[in-house]
Amino acid sequence: MTSVYQKLYFFLIGLFLALPLIVVAGVSVNQKQTLAFPPEGFSTSWYGEIFLNPEWRNALFASVTLALLSAALAVAIALPLAWFLWRRVAPWANIFQLLGVAPFTLPPVITALGLLTFWATAGFYGQPWTAVVSHAIFFVTLPLVTLSLGFTSIDRSLVEAAATMGADERTIFRTVVLPLILPYIVSGYAFAFVLSLNEYIVAYMTVGFTMETLPIKIFNALRYGYTPTMASVTVLFVSTAAVIFGLVARFGDLPKLLGAMASDQK
Amino acid sequence: MSGLALQNVVKEFGAFKAVNDVDLTVPHGTFVCMLGPSGCGKTTLLRMIAGLDLPTSGAIRLDGEDITRVPTHKRNLGMVFQSLALFPHLTVGENIAYSLRIRGAPKEDQKKRVEELLSMIHLSGYADRPVSKLSGGQRQRVAIARALAISPKLFLLDEPLSALDAKLREAMQVELRQLQQKLGITTIVVTHDQREAMTMADTVVVMSGGEIRQAASPIEIYRRPADSFVADFIGQTNLIEVESDTRNHVTVLGQPVPGLQLPPGAAKATISIRPEDVHLTAPGAGALTGTVTFVRDLGGTIETFVEAGDRQIVAVSTPRERPEVSVGQQVGIALTPDVCVVLRK
Amino acid sequence: MRREPPQTFGDYSPLLFPAAMLTIFFVVPFGTMIAVSFFQRQQGGFYTPAFVFDNYERFLSAFFGGVLGFSLMMAIAVAICCVVLALPFTYLLTRMARRVQIVWLVALLSILSLSEVIIGFAWSTLFSRTAGITNILVALGLMSEAKALTPSFAAVLTGMVYQAFPYTVLVLFPALVRLDPTLTEAARTLGASPPKAFFTVVVPALRNTIVATLIMVFIFALGSYLLPQLLGRPQHWTLSVLITDQAIYQSNMPFAAAMAVFLVLVTLGLVALTVIAGRKGEAA
Repeated sequence: MTSVYQKLYFFLIGLFLALPLIVVAGVSVNQKQTLAFPPEGFSTSWYGEIFLNPEWRNALFASVTLALLSAALAVAIALPLAWFLWRRVAPWANIFQLLGVAPFTLPPVITALGLLTFWATAGFYGQPWTAVVSHAIFFVTLPLVTLSLGFTSIDRSLVEAAATMGADERTIFRTVVLPLILPYIVSGYAFAFVLSLNEYIVAYMTVGFTMETLPIKIFNALRYGYTPTMASVTVLFVSTAAVIFGLVARFGDLPKLLGAMASDQK
Repeated sequence: MSGLALQNVVKEFGAFKAVNDVDLTVPHGTFVCMLGPSGCGKTTLLRMIAGLDLPTSGAIRLDGEDITRVPTHKRNLGMVFQSLALFPHLTVGENIAYSLRIRGAPKEDQKKRVEELLSMIHLSGYADRPVSKLSGGQRQRVAIARALAISPKLFLLDEPLSALDAKLREAMQVELRQLQQKLGITTIVVTHDQREAMTMADTVVVMSGGEIRQAASPIEIYRRPADSFVADFIGQTNLIEVESDTRNHVTVLGQPVPGLQLPPGAAKATISIRPEDVHLTAPGAGALTGTVTFVRDLGGTIETFVEAGDRQIVAVSTPRERPEVSVGQQVGIALTPDVCVVLRK
Repeated sequence: MRREPPQTFGDYSPLLFPAAMLTIFFVVPFGTMIAVSFFQRQQGGFYTPAFVFDNYERFLSAFFGGVLGFSLMMAIAVAICCVVLALPFTYLLTRMARRVQIVWLVALLSILSLSEVIIGFAWSTLFSRTAGITNILVALGLMSEAKALTPSFAAVLTGMVYQAFPYTVLVLFPALVRLDPTLTEAARTLGASPPKAFFTVVVPALRNTIVATLIMVFIFALGSYLLPQLLGRPQHWTLSVLITDQAIYQSNMPFAAAMAVFLVLVTLGLVALTVIAGRKGEAA
């Protein structure tokens, strides 16, 4: 009895989560440029449109470039910080941990507006690279959290063992710490990449008038009416996210990453 | 001089003195076990020898050279950690070769040495296995081989066998002792297991409260404990307060024990009598008389608990000399001066 | 490993780059925004340095009070809906096989990472007259004619719950994973049915977690800047939408900044509450 209710409950939650995406997926294969569900006819041409239409293709290119670069910068900020906090006793340095987590905890509009006023004041408003820096700061939380978690899971006696065997600080980092933290670097990068790909408000406020990322493009298109390419882009985004998180789960310990310290404390 | 010397070593963590003014000399090639209850400072002492902790004051010398402030990675030692600390991202062979690799030894030399060490620990052919696929005892051996790869001057082990089950632990103790004798390497093991210490050590160092209580051979520690802590910590014992009158006639629980002497000037002392030295006799025939309160028959040995005065005294006997006693029975306890060890206050 | 305070310059060097980046590109922008909130607005979207409280005085209007009240009410509604839906879900999820857990977690993460633009677009499609859910109801014979369900308050609420639900699950997940499973087993042996065990043992044991999660989801919902715009009418706009609108379309940076500062204060106050709730939980 209980399990029937449980299954029904999970089914309804699943339906709630999937329904909008199912409808969008259905709409994306409409033959004509109409917003209709169930789809009328079948066509994959709206997927081709993402790559063939120069506007959509440019937006896709802009988004992917932005995500690749900003995720790399986010990791470059987070890795030395997380390593320092793990390696040294410096309680005051936790302020930087706090600063790293703040942009993600505060409502996004705040970070976006802060960066907008900053870039405008500094005279760089609208330059494409400002979006890379902005996204790196906005999403630095993700690699910072996964890396901090990764470091706490490294047994400190491994570092001591390496030292007794003759390794200096630099060698220890290269031969012991880096190989062990690598999966967490990859997960942190993946999280930052996917979120940057989808991010709208920060990108819009910093470079919205000079550059179109896919979310900006969708939003702009939405204001002038409907085109099925939006639907195909949406499906592309959801599947990209699912594939990347699926890979993180396949090669990393996703429940542990999300369950945080739980598995360590056992 | 050759060997390890600790001089007035002190380690403070805030107001807490983890190691208090320790002096110890370990001649080259000896096997030392540091033994004590948890929190006695033995691990801190070992970590200072390894350079993983720095002493608050005092000096550590190795072969006459002051190494107190030499960083760990320049000390050329081998250490086995309680957690073993095998690198999970490396294979068995890579773990063992680590200290050679970071010193830039040629690949062939590394390979040869790994094979040598693997055959020494009876794990030939295991070089390419991941460490996660090994059993507890195998991991233990790999950790030992890894520490010995560079033929270190000092071999340090921190509770190395604590993760193994009792049977494997005993076998490894023997193996470790034989290996050390073969290599003739100065070895220091931290343990809280007195059986382990007795099995392996040339010298047992008993520690408590950050201080060395006694450093001596296992048999001397057992037969001639320096104080009541050592007597009580090593094996089972009966600690009894004794008094001496002006003519140095010593009485135990009010009964005179002829021939027993206290150090000159001492009116009171504690003596230690090992249970196997306590002999039960007919009531009235021994120095003391008491009532049997419990008999624990363990097959190999029989422990008889006797209440004499307000003291409980334990006697251990073998089945061969089985005392025919039962609970509630009156028995005599024979005490001869040669079994009573007078302890330092 | 000996963890020691850094001593030489070399020990500090790893901190240089992260500290510089976070200071220049987060602390300074934040400061700039606070400064701008006191600036004087000029006609045509410009502003000049000044120290005026005009931008904050505008809060005192009935219109602003209404927006603030609606934002808070909306965020509370979203937080309650999400926690009510997600708590039993997450609890049951943590008791499932690892494989099943991973599939759900991947799905939840994928949805959480979706842009508000995409979520807004997906729900506006689902609520539309031509491609929406009403078409399914018509096909099933439950409705006579398809109709649009948006813009409406219900549409905004649904969209925001959809956006915040995966976040809620992921916030609850660690606490529920850590919950001792023998607690409910003990309740079961004492005669409680599974739902009863859940409500009499799990929920009270997680009281502080639930309060903290409600606050965190509340903050998350406060941040929603597009869904009220895409799925609602102007009276459904929240503070975040208003800030975006003032900054981008009305070109009134000082006023947008003042509202943002206000939103930060509200958020920080709530974070402080969460921390206090957490502390109490540890002490208990």
